[in-house]
Amino acid sequence: MTYVPIELSGLALASVLLILSGAISLWYRLGLERSIAVAAVRMVVQLAVIGLVLKFIFEVDAPLWTALFALLMLAATGYEVTSRQDRRIKGWQAFALGAGPPFAAGLVATVFATTAVIGNDPWYAPRFLLPVLGMMIGNALSGVSLVLDTVTEGLSREQAAVEARLALGHSRFEAASGVLRRALKSGLMPILTAMAAAGVVSLPGMMTGQILAGISPVQAAKYQVMIMFLIAGSTGLAVLMAGIGSILLLTDDRHRLRLDRLAAKG
Amino acid sequence: MLRAERLKTAGLPPLSFEVANGECLVVEGPSGAGKTRLLRAIADLDAAPGQVFVDGAERREMAATRWRQLVRYAAAEPQWWTDTPREAMPDGPQVMARVERMAASLGVAPELLDRPVSLLSTGERQRLALVRAVVDEPRVLLLDEPTASLDVGSAALVEELIRFQLLAGRAVVLVSHDTGLAARLAHARLQLAPPVTPRRATGVMP
Repeated sequence: MTYVPIELSGLALASVLLILSGAISLWYRLGLERSIAVAAVRMVVQLAVIGLVLKFIFEVDAPLWTALFALLMLAATGYEVTSRQDRRIKGWQAFALGAGPPFAAGLVATVFATTAVIGNDPWYAPRFLLPVLGMMIGNALSGVSLVLDTVTEGLSREQAAVEARLALGHSRFEAASGVLRRALKSGLMPILTAMAAAGVVSLPGMMTGQILAGISPVQAAKYQVMIMFLIAGSTGLAVLMAGIGSILLLTDDRHRLRLDRLAAKG
Repeated sequence: MLRAERLKTAGLPPLSFEVANGECLVVEGPSGAGKTRLLRAIADLDAAPGQVFVDGAERREMAATRWRQLVRYAAAEPQWWTDTPREAMPDGPQVMARVERMAASLGVAPELLDRPVSLLSTGERQRLALVRAVVDEPRVLLLDEPTASLDVGSAALVEELIRFQLLAGRAVVLVSHDTGLAARLAHARLQLAPPVTPRRATGVMP
């Protein structure tokens, strides 16, 4: 089993299928052909850039460049989470809450993997660190998005019930416990579904990639299992941090509900 | 004793007043004058500059949770976070016995404590919320329209409960549209001015 590279002519051939979906849009007048074209061009440019950047980083193999790329991922995470929110928390805290937990939890899980599980030397080699970190952040990010949505939604909708508990002398975490529990649950749902569906409904992307690259399917499966464990751990950690952080931000140390820290819906 | 010193809530001038133990202060004013906001500020549910003391201790001298054990705000539209009223009551067998006694004294059968909150009438919910608010014996009661959705008979029972709380030495701040109730219970009155509507700018001054 060996790796078979794809030529540019092959890519051109594959793009025929994209043109097919554009044709469907034209035929049924869905008006999506423009969006399809834009999305496709964007995708090609993004992947080409990331391919070249990663090639460069792997070649120079310097911790500084690896760290710089990780920082870029941090910024993108914050942007992605905050732009997905229905009701946002005002100010820079929204960004910190969106970027911090997925990145911190992802980094912990990734460093744990490269030092203890994979044991590559050095542990910070970008070829291992960056792809694993990306997968951790990507998954933690969807969990954190759900948590923040559930907390902001829940506290706004159940404001009166939460304040009834506060008025009785309950602490902010007691008063928000119902909302927090629901938020954590919804944040952990995607990884649960992913683990249940792995290999049955779809072959995970990383495992597919390794198989195409000529790795034996058993080895690829082992890698995938490790990644799933890591994702479960880092998502759990990120979800917990985001849940507690968002409750802390939307209440204050006098145990008041502070919905004034939410930006208007939009 | 409850004492407020230059307590400032949105839309109101700084207020200073005192309510002695066993006394009832009735807060009056048209809708939107800030009656509920004043009660919430006293309970420290909204941030408000100024000072509020209970028996000489200012609210910021203790944890907010402790403050609200002493100063209890009972909202006009009580909310429940549990399936049944009983689950929302403080724990303990003695407390539960008192809860049932108080509920009965307000004309709510103890069986209703185990009925889903969604199946209770508005009046039953309101009376059970009052039980919940007073059962752990706070020093100060901030009652927001405690008889709003009650029939005459139940309202009389609630009035009796408030009277009993006053006899037991609680300070009560009462907001009520029921002028009869207010007149019978008030030892003092605090009249809030009607809300000032923001003046619309009619021209641009150079």
